Amino acid sequence: MQLESMYQEIILDHYRHPHHKGLRDPHDAEVYHVNPTCGDEVKMRVALKDVGGGHVVEDVSYDSLGCSISQASASVMSDLVIGKPVAEAMRIGDAFLELMQSKGQGEPDEDLLEDAVAFAGVSKYPARIKCALLPWMAWKDATARALEEHDG
Amino acid sequence: MSTAAPFDVEAIRKDFPALNRLVRNDRPLIYLDSGATSQKPVQVLDAEREFYELHNGAAHRGAHLLSEEGTEIYEGARGKLAAFIGADDREVVFTKSATESINLVAYSLTGSIMPGDEILITESEHHANLVPWQQLAGRTGATLRWFTVLPDGRLDVDPALITDRTKIVALTGQSNVTGVNPPVADITRLAHEAGALVLCDGAQLVPHHPVDVRALDVDFLVFSGHKMLGPLGLGVLYGKYAQLEALPPFLSGGDMIEVVRMEGSTFQPPPARFETGVPPAPLAAGLAAAVDYLTRLGMDNVAAHEESLTAHAIDALLDIPGVRILGPTTTKDRGGAVAFEVDGVHPHDVGQVLDDQGIAVRTGHHCAWPLHRALGVQSSARATFYVYNTHEEVDALAEGVRYAKRFFGV
Repeated sequence: MQLESMYQEIILDHYRHPHHKGLRDPHDAEVYHVNPTCGDEVKMRVALKDVGGGHVVEDVSYDSLGCSISQASASVMSDLVIGKPVAEAMRIGDAFLELMQSKGQGEPDEDLLEDAVAFAGVSKYPARIKCALLPWMAWKDATARALEEHDG
Repeated sequence: MSTAAPFDVEAIRKDFPALNRLVRNDRPLIYLDSGATSQKPVQVLDAEREFYELHNGAAHRGAHLLSEEGTEIYEGARGKLAAFIGADDREVVFTKSATESINLVAYSLTGSIMPGDEILITESEHHANLVPWQQLAGRTGATLRWFTVLPDGRLDVDPALITDRTKIVALTGQSNVTGVNPPVADITRLAHEAGALVLCDGAQLVPHHPVDVRALDVDFLVFSGHKMLGPLGLGVLYGKYAQLEALPPFLSGGDMIEVVRMEGSTFQPPPARFETGVPPAPLAAGLAAAVDYLTRLGMDNVAAHEESLTAHAIDALLDIPGVRILGPTTTKDRGGAVAFEVDGVHPHDVGQVLDDQGIAVRTGHHCAWPLHRALGVQSSARATFYVYNTHEEVDALAEGVRYAKRFFGV
């Protein structure tokens, strides 16, 4: 069934029990992103920590309204990036973007993407790719602003 | 030609090639998204193809036979559209879309709207009949006002909002979300008493109900061809002739001019004043065939068929625990757009599960974000019906929604 290939159990679990949901302090930047076609929205906060000349993602928290795919993606993303150096987290984000653009043909690196490999099936549905990317786009934007706070 | 008996849906369906195709999991297509765009019968496709095969000349120019035939077909289509809504031929302007028709009026009115004037719309508008008026207000310093919606989606028509400051009232003839048919003729009477113009967005009205512009008495009526069995890319602006004549051009260039000198130009009377570039005659040929098709079915019969499907859909959906319909739950003054939400399942996920069963619905805010906000929801799933839909398809929709609830464990 195609439906099960999109709605993997991992995705449904994250949807029903999202991790890191609910806005938290302290934070360095907060952004609000919407998907204009469906109205899904996410408010996201990022806190960074300066470590030895670089930056580490200390915390990500969010409040969001949206479909199972966008909600689960926010949960998986926050698990993946919290505690990682910003540069490494950005590399994971790039790998996820590449997976979403793969039209169902991608061979995701499970060591890098962990639970996010479950979204491979979503990449076959052009209308849903934006759902999966919404939290990642918000996180990248918030992180860029947080870096300005730290370095600016 | 099929459809000998009035409203033989099985015969009608044979005219629509798209309804024969298989979709996801090799299931037959159940198309419940005609409110976004309708499917096209072979008669429309044939008319467009015949134009290109036999009559492909640029209408309104050229001294040769093909150009003459192109002109005849294009102007003949204008006549058919005019007769379809009870207008004169010269009151029908072809545009790219209903959206462009509204923009045409909103831009052309710019010079006659002053700071302190008011533009009155409604909270239930499609963005196409909302954003152009916000823009007009921004350009002119006028104030935008609106009728709000009641919890059941009907308009709260507050006559006090229509004053001598009101210059134009723009409202939908049928909501693309709740299906509500506002009292357009009554509001038009109030507006005219106050000296205001009225524009009716008929994109969801004209394809589904008999419409007589003289009875409605609106100054402008806009609609799109592709939602009424016609090709994508052609819209209509009806305007009372005197009102069209009072408007300056919107898009300018070839064909719409009278005399051009380097120092300046003069313009054709309507409708030519508002049509520039080589006319899209094949689209007009297709839309004329669509009008013939609908006329042969009879618009009263079309409306009755859809009312029966709508009543069935409302009953079948309300029978499912946790389903809420946005809009009235009777068919009184209500057309065939049935938007709904399912407690615990996001509309996008409802749509995905339905798609997996071959059922095409729209999900999201359907370009009516303020209306969704007013009704207290972020988005919805929406089924819309047309001449080719059946009661079995309505049952399949309800079964699909039940399956979506089971799939997501609610």
